Amino acid sequence: MPVNIRIPTPLRKLTNNEEVVEVTANTIGGAINELQSRYPGIQERLLDENGGVRRFVNVYVNEEDIRFLQNKETPLKDGDEVSIIPAIAGG
Amino acid sequence: MANEKSFMKALKCRECGHEYPLAATHVCEFDFGPLEVVYDYEAIRGSLTRASIESRAKNMWRYRELLPVAGEPTVGNQVGYTTLVKADRLAKRLGIRELWIKNDAVNYPTLSFKDRVVSVALSRAVELGFTTVACASTGNLANSVAANAAAAGLKAYVFIPADLEHGKVINSLVYGANVIGIKGHYDEVNRLCAEIAGKYGWAFVNVNMRPYYAEGSKSMGFEIQEQLGWRIPQHTVIPMASGSLLTKIHKSYQEFSKLGLVSNTKWKIHGAQATGCNPISAAQKQGLDFFKPVKPNTIAKSLAIGTPADGFYSLRVMKETGGHSDDVSDDEIREGIKLLAECEGIFAETAGGVTVGVAKKLIASGKIPAEDSAVLCITGNGLKTLDAVVNSVGQTREIRPSLREFEGLLETEDAACKA
Repeated sequence: MPVNIRIPTPLRKLTNNEEVVEVTANTIGGAINELQSRYPGIQERLLDENGGVRRFVNVYVNEEDIRFLQNKETPLKDGDEVSIIPAIAGG
Repeated sequence: MANEKSFMKALKCRECGHEYPLAATHVCEFDFGPLEVVYDYEAIRGSLTRASIESRAKNMWRYRELLPVAGEPTVGNQVGYTTLVKADRLAKRLGIRELWIKNDAVNYPTLSFKDRVVSVALSRAVELGFTTVACASTGNLANSVAANAAAAGLKAYVFIPADLEHGKVINSLVYGANVIGIKGHYDEVNRLCAEIAGKYGWAFVNVNMRPYYAEGSKSMGFEIQEQLGWRIPQHTVIPMASGSLLTKIHKSYQEFSKLGLVSNTKWKIHGAQATGCNPISAAQKQGLDFFKPVKPNTIAKSLAIGTPADGFYSLRVMKETGGHSDDVSDDEIREGIKLLAECEGIFAETAGGVTVGVAKKLIASGKIPAEDSAVLCITGNGLKTLDAVVNSVGQTREIRPSLREFEGLLETEDAACKA
């Protein structure tokens, strides 16, 4: 069973409107590389010029923010759910 | 007033500057940066003057040119213009020459500053043709969306952490809104709502309506300047959840200054958080320009956002203005609530306790000098967070309806005082 990545609305133009994309990578960084090879241009939307996840991009693995895990090195296993979500204002 | 005239030009990414049409969208496609409304300040200059403002009704819409609606507001026409209280007794207790309280604990209609942002977001939502509105909320926003949607005849869905204060839950249910309790903290509610917002055609006030919503906060700052006699306060202490209010009050000072409505005097913006959720204040104290998300654990639930969307910009505003930040414990929050209540007769919610507690620290440490003047932003009402103070405000003493018992009670107290 592969890993499902939920694609947010602002990126769906790049994924031919696919809401969920399957990858087989072992880490978040690997998953972003895999997305890039299939949907060229998506990486620069997610990563800054130093290769880190952009300031206003939140990535969750099974509902946990990767900044509480191992950021781009966060491991992925079969059946994991990854969400990519823009930061939101609140209160 | 310039009827039916829009002063908005576009939405623009705060990061890369890419422009977008004035639709219900909040994120740049290229870098996920937040979108912000761009105004035609030249046209505004010709329409918004001290005299024109003073001639209008006393509510937040007297600054309508600087608020992002195309026509006349249709939701929340009575919101805002809350009292600015000169707080002499609290000033004395905190050791500062002059202190003002901007009291949004009595904002109309739901007793928090959120009525400002909701009034803008829902007015704009109606303009864009929405009939269902929604929000992710720590409580106050849910109350305000529920009430204002009811008054405007809109359908409302509000999403809140399931463990919110009782008062805030009832204050959403009573208006007939669909209240969904999420078993998780606010950041998790927010994440779910981001996914829901992408799926349904609703106006999510703090998601796809965020560029409009956030601008509503500026009205608190516009009012402060007008009520101070058209000047910018030296110091403003503002509670931070996502950090949006802090950045928008700063923007309100910039805009009035740019339009010549006030003199461009120096101001400092200070941010207040609870120690149990202090990603922004911790970063500010360490001199960082980025923050590390936290898992919130504080009685100040309205400020319990561990991943603050405007954290980065809040840090920048404090740095640019020379402001400071600090955070206070749950006990200090309760003390702050009591201090404000006992000195000024104002009962604030936990976020108000945070603001007073942090102001006390900043004044004591000299970061706000004793000879200066400061404004504290009180954003919500204490009646909504009774749970937080129920065990720390003392108890009633019961007697029978007998004069002798009453006199006995006074004697015992006199004795206790002398002891």
